[in-house]
Amino acid sequence: MRLPKGEAASGLLLVSPPLVYAVLLLAVPLGSIVLLSLWTQNFLTFDTTLTLANYAEAFTDPLYRTLMLRSLAISGSVTLATVLFAFPIAYFVSFHVAPERKALWIFLITIPFWTSYLLRVFAWKVILGFNGVLNTSLLGLGIIDEPLTFILYNANAVVITLAHAYAPFTILPIYVALEKIDRSLLEASRDLGENALVTFLRVTLPLAMPGVVAATLIVFIPTVGDYVTPVLVGGPDGRMIANMIQIQFLQLNDAPMGSALAISAMTIVAAISLLFLFLMRGFLKERA
Amino acid sequence: MKQGTGLRIYAIAYLIFLYLPVALLPIFAFNDGTVIAFPLQGFTTKWFVELLSIDALHGAVRNSLFVAITTAILSTIFGIFAARASSRYRFPLKGGILGLIMVPLVLPEIIVGVALLVMVVSLMGLSLSLWTVVLGHTLICTPFAVAILSASFNGLDRSLEEAAIDLGETAMGAFFKVTLPLVTPGIVSALLISFTISLDEFIIAFFLTGSEPTLPVYLWGQLRFPQRIPVVMALGTILVILSLVLLTVAEFFRRRGVRRTGAKDTGGFL
Repeated sequence: MRLPKGEAASGLLLVSPPLVYAVLLLAVPLGSIVLLSLWTQNFLTFDTTLTLANYAEAFTDPLYRTLMLRSLAISGSVTLATVLFAFPIAYFVSFHVAPERKALWIFLITIPFWTSYLLRVFAWKVILGFNGVLNTSLLGLGIIDEPLTFILYNANAVVITLAHAYAPFTILPIYVALEKIDRSLLEASRDLGENALVTFLRVTLPLAMPGVVAATLIVFIPTVGDYVTPVLVGGPDGRMIANMIQIQFLQLNDAPMGSALAISAMTIVAAISLLFLFLMRGFLKERA
Repeated sequence: MKQGTGLRIYAIAYLIFLYLPVALLPIFAFNDGTVIAFPLQGFTTKWFVELLSIDALHGAVRNSLFVAITTAILSTIFGIFAARASSRYRFPLKGGILGLIMVPLVLPEIIVGVALLVMVVSLMGLSLSLWTVVLGHTLICTPFAVAILSASFNGLDRSLEEAAIDLGETAMGAFFKVTLPLVTPGIVSALLISFTISLDEFIIAFFLTGSEPTLPVYLWGQLRFPQRIPVVMALGTILVILSLVLLTVAEFFRRRGVRRTGAKDTGGFL
């Protein structure tokens, strides 16, 4: 590639302020927690001898392992639920809404996401609680005789609340992928004698997969590290790894252990995401 | 369209699910009782009146406004640099550099919070303040600003700028007199979105806030006290209305920007 004279330099100069910022406030801090995770807490000071002891503890201690596996399980369920429930919405807006009204639908879908995250999570506590909106409504309608207790202060509540919080994140990428599909391909499939279902499964769905893959990662990666939802609606059985990271840093004052847990969580999530991308690579190839 | 009926019913049910928690805030904000459960106890505006007399809350609002305004300005400036560089120039490592700037979008926020806490406190020995919150928020808001502004810059017709240069403007003059006015709607939209994200962000602020809490950190403390909940609901109602107004304005500017550059409206700012 031949660059016009000075273009590379101008581009680099222009991108340097945000780049320097990202290096100083993202790359350097991430590097420092990696370093810190290799140290150990020695009462009030750090023992700066490099050791993998924190990682050994992170992967062998039953408490940490339970929290990590639970975080992954909750996150996986949330991802599956949001993607399955969101796909029909994205499909509806892309294929059944008049073009001039699409922007309005997308706007309506994204609004709840922009309202206070803390208060939305708290509202779910109100909905799912013993005397909550759901129980009082179901009791009032005579559908149940006593309040349901399996829906608050456990992992189920965390899954419902997170699935709600991340819904718009899944709808948007799937919608964008569906919008890109050349509609004449669908007509061609129908003209060649395939019915609507087969056309959907063999043409629409494979072409929408890049959006589905993006949606999956956009939900899975941040939900593993969610802190607020487990505290408000999770109860003791719904605690996740982020709660332990917070405890290590702000309560037990063991920053090295907290860093090791944070790095471990990030590495596991990255590994799962890369494996997922590898498995889905067939759908992600650029089509001519 | 006949075949879309089932889907339409599902879509409306889904919208109800999306709005259900938000709808509860005003319901209980006007409820005359401290217990957040049905049946409702009657109508009152006393929780809103009570909001006026809580000094700690007013301090938290001021802190949050300071953090959100500073963050919005910084992220939008960074966004302009990155978006302009990405849409206009080719340079080595472009993908990697822009990737690094966009990474906070997919990083769990607790990691960002923890990493900045370690760097600022443990390694640099600085104390926490509202500025440390600004540092963290700017990091996570910049990718949103870059995404919005890239759309604005990419939608521009390059020949407009070239015409200005042919007519005797300097490159700098052409940028300020031609390009910048055309992307103004994108800039306003980026400012508003960054402001809204920062105003609502909790977990990074929770780790990086010193003795002056931001509004979400203050709210978090209040959620532990059942008797404070109705006031929190009243505050939540005001916040919901505020973010609705901000987003509608942001959307208005975004659409105007799309029209101004003559591009096709693809909907949404993400």
